[in-house]
Amino acid sequence: MARMKFLCDADRCIECNACVTACKNEHEVPWGINRRRVVTINDGKPGERSISMACMHCTDAPCAAVCPVNCFYTTADAVVLHSKDLCIGCGYCFYACPFGAPQYPKVGNFGSRGKMDKCTFCAGGPEADSTAEEYEKYGTNRLAAGKLPLCAEMCSTKSLLAGDGEIIAQIFKERVTKRGYSSGAWGWQTAYRETIAS
Amino acid sequence: MAGFLAQARFIIAAFVVALILALAVPAGAQQPSTVNPNAAAVKEQQLLNALQGGTIGGRVSIPDQKSGTLIQPGGRDWRQFHEVTLRWIGAIAILGMLVLLVVFYLVRGQVKLESGYSGRRIVRFNGFERFVHWMTATCFIILAVSGLNITFGKPLLMPLIGEPAFAGWSQWAKYAHNYLSFPFAIGVFIIFLVWIGGNIPNKVDVEWTKRGGGIVGHDHPPAYRFNAGQKMIYWIVVIGGTAVAITGYLLMFPFYGTGIQGMQLAQTVHAIIAVLFVAAMLGHIYIGTIGMEGAFEAMGEGTVDVNWAKEHHALWLAQENARTGPNESQRQPMATPAE
Repeated sequence: MARMKFLCDADRCIECNACVTACKNEHEVPWGINRRRVVTINDGKPGERSISMACMHCTDAPCAAVCPVNCFYTTADAVVLHSKDLCIGCGYCFYACPFGAPQYPKVGNFGSRGKMDKCTFCAGGPEADSTAEEYEKYGTNRLAAGKLPLCAEMCSTKSLLAGDGEIIAQIFKERVTKRGYSSGAWGWQTAYRETIAS
Repeated sequence: MAGFLAQARFIIAAFVVALILALAVPAGAQQPSTVNPNAAAVKEQQLLNALQGGTIGGRVSIPDQKSGTLIQPGGRDWRQFHEVTLRWIGAIAILGMLVLLVVFYLVRGQVKLESGYSGRRIVRFNGFERFVHWMTATCFIILAVSGLNITFGKPLLMPLIGEPAFAGWSQWAKYAHNYLSFPFAIGVFIIFLVWIGGNIPNKVDVEWTKRGGGIVGHDHPPAYRFNAGQKMIYWIVVIGGTAVAITGYLLMFPFYGTGIQGMQLAQTVHAIIAVLFVAAMLGHIYIGTIGMEGAFEAMGEGTVDVNWAKEHHALWLAQENARTGPNESQRQPMATPAE
């Protein structure tokens, strides 16, 4: 099976935020939660770069390691998913995550966090594929329909790549060779403990 | 005439433009064939090296400004703490204390009331004091069990009852932990106020500690209302309770006080103090129940036998007698013979 990864080519990202909007719309993500966001580093200075970031579906995911109720699981495609039925909203994954991916709808008083929500790589959750229950909790299951994540599919500059890690790394390498520069595969060292030579 | 001048002006202008372009093109051609617009750009590796485990962030255009943090590798250290270090600290502190208490009980046995029950009682804790004690104690036990469940439940309890049942129980345990923190914190605060008077360390405590407190040997060093051991428990409850309450509320109200890194630190402090607190309270529960004859009555019924007071809190008994006079009217019929 493929090892699914995200790769944001920061030298192509124009910070249009279409990935953010597409994600929210596709999955009917609740108010206040953004599964994906675009962060601009060195804003307004020379060398400014924008990076689209979401859950990176880490190898040896820290969220899964610290979850006190084991609600996380990794699919055959190496996508890190979680069960909202098991999640108790303790916030531990959110302390451990290097990318700030887990978010909680605010329910009730104090800080009572609701069930955690994060990027699913458009792969739904533990429910049967492409059912109403799955859509309600996790959004569309595009992977089950043979499609890749929508954020990357509709990226206007093809900055954001999603798919088999080896294939997207190859595409990125070819680009870097051709244009002669790169600011790196953002998040790869943290998520996968590897980087793409540039 | 005017038309000709305008035409001439246009032709001259066109020549000037052509000249500028002709000069500019060779200049441009002398630049390197590949331009690196990335020369001044930020690279992930540089930032990761420079920040050494801090965070990399920038500007986001969505309203949630917290999402401006791009990468924060600090969670790895916290993960190591939570999954490995904390479990060792917790296991050593709690199991170590249990082993210590069992060994102590087997070697030393119960601290007996050596002069036996006199049948005369003296009030030690009034109703309000006992209410506050038991409110705090009940909350503490539930907080301790639900807290330990978060750390030790996954390896110990989940394999026994299965994931769905464990998640259901943990959900309720989390609610209990969050809500009962309020009566617990209030209880700790009232405990601080009502017993502060008797818990300031003094010279008597030094003497009491030197003589082993009567726990290690069979001595009965004098003490006022609270001996050095009890003062220690008092300060553990007040300081430890305040620390777990503050760090706990930082976690319960995310981003009100700290960011993610502050929360990692708060959780670390919260967990370490909590497991040590549990270990200390096991000692407190031991000496208040099976560890010492006649001790539980103090917090159970609120009164103690005068002989118990004489053996363990002689100076306090003297103070009480001086205040009220030896009170023979408190003599009560004994359910069991005193001798």
